[in-house]
Amino acid sequence: MSPEEKQSVVNCRQLVKRFGDLCAVNGISFNVPKGICFGILGPNGAGKTTTLRMLLGQSPRSGGALEVFGEDIDSARKRIRQRTGIVPQADNLDPDFTVAENLSMYGSYFRLDHQTVQKRIPELLSMVELLARADDRIGTLSGGMKRRLTLARALINDPDLLVLDEPTTGLDPQARHMIWSLVHKLKRDGRTILLTTHYMEEAERLCDELIIVDSGRLIAQGSPNALIAEHCESDVLEIRGLTHELDQKGLAQNFRWELSGDSAYLYSDDSHALLEYAASHNEATALHRKTGLEDVFLRLTGRGLRG
Amino acid sequence: MKRYRPPRLRLEALAVWRRNALVWRRLMAASLLLHFGEPLLYLLGIGYGLGRFVGEIDGMAYFTFLASGFIAWSAMNVASMESMWSVYTRMVPQQTYEAILATPAEVDDIVMGELLWCGTKSLVSGSAILAVAALLGAVHDWTALLAIPVIFLTGLCFAAPGLIVTAYARAYEYFNFYMTLFMTPMFILCGVFYPISTLPGPMQTVVQFLPLTHAVAIIRPLVVGAPVENFWLHLGALVLFGTICAWVAAILVRRRLIQ
Repeated sequence: MSPEEKQSVVNCRQLVKRFGDLCAVNGISFNVPKGICFGILGPNGAGKTTTLRMLLGQSPRSGGALEVFGEDIDSARKRIRQRTGIVPQADNLDPDFTVAENLSMYGSYFRLDHQTVQKRIPELLSMVELLARADDRIGTLSGGMKRRLTLARALINDPDLLVLDEPTTGLDPQARHMIWSLVHKLKRDGRTILLTTHYMEEAERLCDELIIVDSGRLIAQGSPNALIAEHCESDVLEIRGLTHELDQKGLAQNFRWELSGDSAYLYSDDSHALLEYAASHNEATALHRKTGLEDVFLRLTGRGLRG
Repeated sequence: MKRYRPPRLRLEALAVWRRNALVWRRLMAASLLLHFGEPLLYLLGIGYGLGRFVGEIDGMAYFTFLASGFIAWSAMNVASMESMWSVYTRMVPQQTYEAILATPAEVDDIVMGELLWCGTKSLVSGSAILAVAALLGAVHDWTALLAIPVIFLTGLCFAAPGLIVTAYARAYEYFNFYMTLFMTPMFILCGVFYPISTLPGPMQTVVQFLPLTHAVAIIRPLVVGAPVENFWLHLGALVLFGTICAWVAAILVRRRLIQ
């Protein structure tokens, strides 16, 4: 084991999960260094959540090696969970309790002492801006508030590792930006963050390093910028609302291009060439921009729809 | 194999128990009304009304006979309802267990915590009927207090098969099978309303294999102040049934929650 791996919070090798004949995770290996935000990206059904569940010991793995905080998940599950906070994809706050009671109840499952929990509750609630709602029932909260409370709940045990499973799915832009700034703050506090998402903007903003998985396999790994540099040209011209056939032969000589519905995507490292093309073909809306993670993602996982 | 080992009792189970107790405390008034009010109506209506025609059974007033049977039946009923409808609600629509399993608590803690909680609810409801029966003059001896731990045991004993059914359940309607095929026959056949000695011979043998028979056989004499015949046999039957079911429930709930 290299010194780098010793410092890693999560280390998995050839992780496999089978459900009957279905292989949901098929030999994924990665390493999450301490103190970074690590992303797991992939289309729906790629095996992201299954991977997280194995990391947390909530689902036994079918094969491979898996260590969290340097310990095997099977033998040290309790110790690992004591240091981990989880924001699941679906809200599972306890509807029988108030906002503050949800936190104290959760603390009791960690067997934290009462005073510590009572001290942390107002701190956490003010951090997620829910202090004023402390005595309200869960049913009265909006989706964004529930998500913030779930994040606060995941911090009740002051975890070293925070796992966020699609933390901003279904949230409005305000709530999403708030979650993002909280994630930044938590990272600054020195916590390691592991998150899954299928929002590429989110991954570009938050993740220091990420993997892209598809159909249970790891297909790319690196920092957002490195992945863009490795898998994509620097610029893209998006032509929307195509009304007639493009001159495909002419295109192919100059650019790598993709068709999707009534849009075409022309990729090149030469932005001038793209702009010239746009100027000479003004029959449709053309948008020139720098390529991003979304272009990498679509290139690697294809444009076909997923379950 | 870990999947098949017997469930372990740890302190985290008490956190699960405490969660349910706190929710219950909030609705306590309504719950106690049910526990006191319903048996009171039954006892007055059937016990006094029908009792006038029945007279005495096994040397006791029918009212006393019925009250002591109701205590055992209520322990069964309350634990079964809680371990099916309420546990299913926490397991499926509310996803409470999913949240708990993200903490150091394990499936065994959920199983044991829920069993203890079901036993506790039985204890409350059975004791409530005992109190009502005592107020109405149906309790003749302080040995009735010894019935209280037996009520708790009866609750545990019926919570375990309830959990087994819940571990398989895909919808609330699923519980109707268990209710109709198992609970209702016990309610009618196991000596709550009449002595099992009045059943046809083969049926008397059959009911010996139904756990409610043994709960009634211990609780009734304790309430009346009579010696309990074959105490260890009845107790052993309850403990054996409950232990086996709790073990099977732990295996099945692990399988349901950890995939």
